[in-house]
Amino acid sequence: MKNIIQDIQKRFNISDIIEQQEKLTFITVNKELAIALITHFRDIEGFSHFVLLSAVDWIESNQFQLTYILNSPTRKMDIGIRVFIDRETATMDSAHHLWEQVATYQRELKEMFGIDFPGSPRVDESFILEGWDNIPPMRRDFDTLKYSQETFFPREGRETNDPTEFMKKKLYPNEEK
Amino acid sequence: MKKNNTIWQPDRSKYPEIDKNGKPIIDLKSHKYTKLWQGPNHPGVTGNMSLELTLSGDEIVDAKTHVGYLHRGFEKLMERRLYIQCFPTCIRMCVPEADSNEYVLAACIEDLTGIEVPEAASWIRTLILEMARLQVLLRTVPGQASTLSLGMGSQWGMYLRDLILDRFEELTGGRIYHMFIIPGGVRGLLPGGFKQRMEENLKKIEEFVDKIEDLIFTNAIFKKRTIGIGYIDPSLVDKYGIVGPNARAAGYNRDVRKDYPYLKYNELDFEPYVAHDSDIFTRSQVRKHDLIQTVDLIRQIMAKIPEKGEVRAKTPNVLHWKIPKGETYQRSESSRGEYGMYMVSDGSKYPRRINLRGPSYTHAVSLLEKLLINANIADVHSIMVSLQTCPPEIER
Repeated sequence: MKNIIQDIQKRFNISDIIEQQEKLTFITVNKELAIALITHFRDIEGFSHFVLLSAVDWIESNQFQLTYILNSPTRKMDIGIRVFIDRETATMDSAHHLWEQVATYQRELKEMFGIDFPGSPRVDESFILEGWDNIPPMRRDFDTLKYSQETFFPREGRETNDPTEFMKKKLYPNEEK
Repeated sequence: MKKNNTIWQPDRSKYPEIDKNGKPIIDLKSHKYTKLWQGPNHPGVTGNMSLELTLSGDEIVDAKTHVGYLHRGFEKLMERRLYIQCFPTCIRMCVPEADSNEYVLAACIEDLTGIEVPEAASWIRTLILEMARLQVLLRTVPGQASTLSLGMGSQWGMYLRDLILDRFEELTGGRIYHMFIIPGGVRGLLPGGFKQRMEENLKKIEEFVDKIEDLIFTNAIFKKRTIGIGYIDPSLVDKYGIVGPNARAAGYNRDVRKDYPYLKYNELDFEPYVAHDSDIFTRSQVRKHDLIQTVDLIRQIMAKIPEKGEVRAKTPNVLHWKIPKGETYQRSESSRGEYGMYMVSDGSKYPRRINLRGPSYTHAVSLLEKLLINANIADVHSIMVSLQTCPPEIER
């Protein structure tokens, strides 16, 4: 893996190389060069199996991290390609033309994180959350507790949660405290 | 196996009309097409998922997968929980094979913290993962025939699955959800007499494999309904991210246990079964061989598993455990194929992001939508089950 990355490091402006395991390396690349790098890994280096596309919300630095994990069935290696994009605009080039299933990942990220992939098939169709009108729920600023308190009616709890007091009341109702 | 060439293939060169993007032009008001929803009822072996089918006669011209009926936001919930609290949440991300979830979550934590799992714990983990595969395959292999109304094999399989669940109960205390794998190891050693009882169960399972060979795989109707149906072109394997038995049935020798040996798999003697016809029948055959192989692997594990020894490495107090900053991806071979987890830690007590990669994410959405085109309405269920879809792992 080191040899591959050394060869292309300057061409694709690769930074933050972390060898997490012998067969798993994470690298960071600019948004503009990401799809070209992924295409290079698929077509030239034999990373033909697309494993995963995921997003991480770094709300502190106002960024989204997109991670593309690719696998080479012949080399038996994985590469995690990280791309940081602006959280406000949240747009990334689509990779659906490289693997068919990428469109599903992108559709989910649009719904869950609000990251847009213009041109990706059915990207605007709801995937899991039909009729959702709040902010995308996987964003860090979406508060699940607040949402459920506002959306669903409050459920009354039991009269008391203290078993000693409860049994006292039941067994000796006339006894004074 | 000789291919069935007698299946009538309709000429679809002129009808339905295709637009410039290759999609059929469907006008529901023309009364030439019917919209039909399959699901989201739970059909028995798959889970709640809905297929929006557009039919021309009894032939499918368009299919869309709809999920969301099982969404509970597990990945979001785990971002607000301690790592140890993620275990009871994450196992529910795929109900039938909960142990793969436990393993990948524990493996991610161990990879980020650099914890070494003791020898005995590795063996017990390997046993648990194989037992989990076995109980799923006991349901899935005869379950394929159930989709064509041959339900007897499923009843037998369910009984045998219950025997394996008995062994799980004996070992872990739980039948479906075990939470036996924890960061650093497992909760305990094998109980006394476990090996003997397991051997008795395995013998019964071997008898069952012989019986389903006669009941299902030599059945003329089963063969007629599965050979040549639901064909996956081998060129689609990489294009659609196909893994596990579905890839092995298309001629690709891909098995995480062999390609990326984890736990004790490199000390076990096995070779993945690979076939080439890539239809429903072949995928069922591959799963049947997986079942036989898993029985053999459990015997091998039983012979090598230590009777005593450390089962858990020392870890910090799990209630105040801060995992070092970093990210990782860990995978295991579930009964459906590569089952992975991507974890990002920001150095706090809570995971920053956990993302599960289940095989059904590609099999049940993009691949199924493609395979159903031009299929007959009567074959939809068997094509879906032959991909072994599991909707909870799509929605998480």
